[in-house]
Amino acid sequence: MNLDLSPELRAFREEVRAFIRAELPADIKDKVRKGLHLGKDDYARWQKILYQRGWVAPNWPKEHGGPGWSPLERYIFDDEVGKSGAPRVVPFGLVMVAPVIMKFGTEAQKREHLPKILKSEAWWCQGYSEPGAGSDLAGLKTRAVKEGDHYVVNGQKTWTTMAQWADWIFCLVRTDPAAKKQEGISFILIDMKTPGVTVKPIITMDGGAEVNEVFLDNVRVPVSNLVGPENQGWTVAKYLLGHERTNIADIGRAKHQLARVKEIAAAERADGGALFDDPEFRERIADVELDLIALDATILRIVAAESGGKPPGAEASLLKIKGSELQQALTELLVESIGYYGFPYHPEAMEHGWNEPPIGPDYAATLAPAYFNTRKTTIYGGSNEVQRGILAKFVMGF
Amino acid sequence: MNLAFTDEQKLLADSVARFVAKDYPFESRRKLLASEEGWSRGIWRNFADLGWLAAPFAEDHGGLGGGPVEAAIVMEAFGKGLVLEPYLPSVVLGGSLLASGGRRDLLKALVEGALHAALAWVEPKARFDLAHVETRAARKDGGFVLSGRKGVAFNAAAADWIIVPARTTGGAKEKQGITLFLVPKGAKGLGLRPYRTVDGLRAAEVTLENVALGPESVLGEVDRGHPLLEAAIDRGIAVVCAEAAGIMAHIVAATREYLKTRKQFGVPLASFQVLQHRAVDIYVLSEQATSMAYRAAVLADAREPAERARAVSAAKAWIGKAGRKVGQEAIQMHGGMGMTDELPVSHYFKRLTMIDTLFGDHRFHRRRFAALGGHVERD
Repeated sequence: MNLDLSPELRAFREEVRAFIRAELPADIKDKVRKGLHLGKDDYARWQKILYQRGWVAPNWPKEHGGPGWSPLERYIFDDEVGKSGAPRVVPFGLVMVAPVIMKFGTEAQKREHLPKILKSEAWWCQGYSEPGAGSDLAGLKTRAVKEGDHYVVNGQKTWTTMAQWADWIFCLVRTDPAAKKQEGISFILIDMKTPGVTVKPIITMDGGAEVNEVFLDNVRVPVSNLVGPENQGWTVAKYLLGHERTNIADIGRAKHQLARVKEIAAAERADGGALFDDPEFRERIADVELDLIALDATILRIVAAESGGKPPGAEASLLKIKGSELQQALTELLVESIGYYGFPYHPEAMEHGWNEPPIGPDYAATLAPAYFNTRKTTIYGGSNEVQRGILAKFVMGF
Repeated sequence: MNLAFTDEQKLLADSVARFVAKDYPFESRRKLLASEEGWSRGIWRNFADLGWLAAPFAEDHGGLGGGPVEAAIVMEAFGKGLVLEPYLPSVVLGGSLLASGGRRDLLKALVEGALHAALAWVEPKARFDLAHVETRAARKDGGFVLSGRKGVAFNAAAADWIIVPARTTGGAKEKQGITLFLVPKGAKGLGLRPYRTVDGLRAAEVTLENVALGPESVLGEVDRGHPLLEAAIDRGIAVVCAEAAGIMAHIVAATREYLKTRKQFGVPLASFQVLQHRAVDIYVLSEQATSMAYRAAVLADAREPAERARAVSAAKAWIGKAGRKVGQEAIQMHGGMGMTDELPVSHYFKRLTMIDTLFGDHRFHRRRFAALGGHVERD
C-alpha cells in the first residue's frame, strides 16, 4: 500500500491541471465558483473543449472514443476537474445511456447515437421516475403498445432533469402488463421532437427549473429504438445503475466546496474574530473534513480493487449514500456561515451577468438556494433508503 | 498510489487471519484472560517464529523490511479475534522507540521474542498531552535519578524494559527537555501496581522513587525525547485504528448473523427494515474505518511530522466516533443478549469503546487535526 503518485501519474495530473487552467473558460469557472445557474451553452462549450482533447468520456472504452485510462487515472482526472470548479459533464448521455447502447444496442443505434453523444451534439435526459413510481421504480405504468413497426407510448415521466434541453430521452416503459412487474419493462429511446411529447417545468424550492414533467401522449416510437430485448428493460436499467461507480460520490466537487466553506468562514465575522476561529464552528468543519477524508480513502480502496480486476459490486450504493450526505453537509455549513445574509432572495442573482451590487457579501446570494437544492442528493438516483435496501440485500444477505 | 495490499502484505494478512480463526477460539481467549499474566508466552513465541514481531521493522533494524502498514495488518486481524498478547504496547510502541532510539541490540531480542517492552507515557495530570511530563530526571554522578508517577502503563508488569519519558529540563508542558529512559524490570525504587483493564488487557500504575540510572539508559538524545515519543505514539495510533477496524468488521458480521438467526414475532429480525438499515449503517462505517486506518498506516511513516500527525489524528478522531456508534448499535441490535458476558460481542464492544480513549479521544484528535490545517491536499 502507498499513497504516492508515480512520476507518470504525477505528470498526468500536471497535464490535467495545465489543461483546465488553460482551457476552462473564465466565465464558466466564475459561475461555478459563485454557484450561479449554468446554461446549456455553458455545459456544451466545456464538453466540446473536453471532446477536442479526447477527455470528455473517461468511462468509455478506447474503441468508442474514450481515453483508455486506468481506474486511477480516471480518479485523478475526476478529482482535478471537481477541485478546479469546472462543471461536471451532463451525465445522461455520456455516462448513462452511452454505456447501455454500447452493451445492448444494435450496430445502427451505436452508429447513430454514440458519435453525437461524444461530440455533445445530442442532449439526453432520463425517463425513469413517474408520479406513481419513485423509489418503487418497477411500478412504472407508462405503456408502450406495439403497432406494426412502432410502439405507441402513453404515460408520464417526472423529475426529468434537463428535459427542456434534451433531444432524446431514454425511457423505461411497460411492454407486458401481464408479466411480473420487473419482467414486463422495456428500455427505449424516444426523440423529444416526436409529436405527443410535452415538457413542463417543475419549479423547485430553490426557485430553479432544472427538473420537469414529461408527458407522452400517443408518441409513436420506431421499434428499432428498443435497446436490448423486449421486456428485458429492467436488466438494462440495472446495468446502467452499476456502471458508474467511483465518481458517483463526486468527491472532487466536495473538495472544492470545502475550500469555499473555509474561505467564507474566514471572511465572516463572529465575536470580533473570524467565524473560522470560532471553536464550535471549526469543529463542525473538521467533522465534515474527516468525513470527506474517510470517503476519499474508501474510494481509493475501491479504485485499487478495480485496478486489480475486481468486478463492480454494491459499493456504488455506499458511495452514493456517503457522497450525497457529504454534499448536503457542505451546503449546510455554507448557508450557516453567512448568518442573516442567507435571507435576501434575488432569483436574478443566480444568473450570470446580473450587475446590481450584491446585497451582503458577494458570495452569499446563492448559498441558501444551493442548500435547498442539495436536499435532492439523498433522494435522487435511488434514494439513500433504496441504497440501504440494496446493501441490505446484496452485502448483508438479508 | 495504491490502497491495496502487496502480495507480501496479503500473505501476512492471510496467515494472521488463519491463526485468529483457527488457533484463537473465543473460549481459549476466555481462559487466557483469567490466567495470571492475562496472555500466553507460548503464543508469543509462535508470533516470533512466524516473523510477526519482526514484520514492522526495517531490515537494518533486524526486521523484515516492513513498517506501520505491516503492524496495522497484524493488528487488524488481531482485532477480529480480540487477541490479548501485547503486540501494540511491546512491539509497536516499545519496538518503534528501540528502533528510533538506536537500541538495535534490544530490538533484536524483542523481535526474537526474548524481550518485552512497555511505554509508560501516561501522566495522571496530563490527560492526552504528550508534552506534559512532570516525572523528573535529575542528573547525578554522570547518570540520572528519576522520580514521579506514570499511570495506566500497558504491559508494564510483563516488560523487561519500561520506557519512561521524564523531564530533564524545562517546564511541565514544554516539548523541549523531555528525555526517554530505559528502566529495567526490578530497578531499585521502581514500583508497579498491576491490574486488569475493563477491555481485558493488563496495565499498571508506575511509581519512580529515586530510581538511579546510568547514562546508557537514555534512549535517543537527552532533552530531545518528545519527537521520538510523538512519532511512536502516532505509529501506535495508526495501528490501533487498524485494530478498531478489525473489531468493527467482526461486530458487523456478528450482528448480521444474529439478525439472520434470531426470531421474534415468528420471523427473523433481519426481515425488519428498521433493523436492516441500521445494520447497513454500521457496515458502511466499518468499511470507511478500514479505509481510514489503512490511510493512516501508510502516512504514519510520512517524512513530514505534520502530515503524519494530520493523517493519524484524522483516523483516530473519525474512528473513535464511528466506533462508539458501531458498538452501541450492535449491542442494541443484539437486545438483552448483547448485555451478557457470555456473548463475545460485549467483549468487542468494551475494547472498541476504550480504543477511543487510548492515545487521545476523538475530541482531542479532531482538535489536533484542525490545528494542523485539517484536510490538506497531498502533493
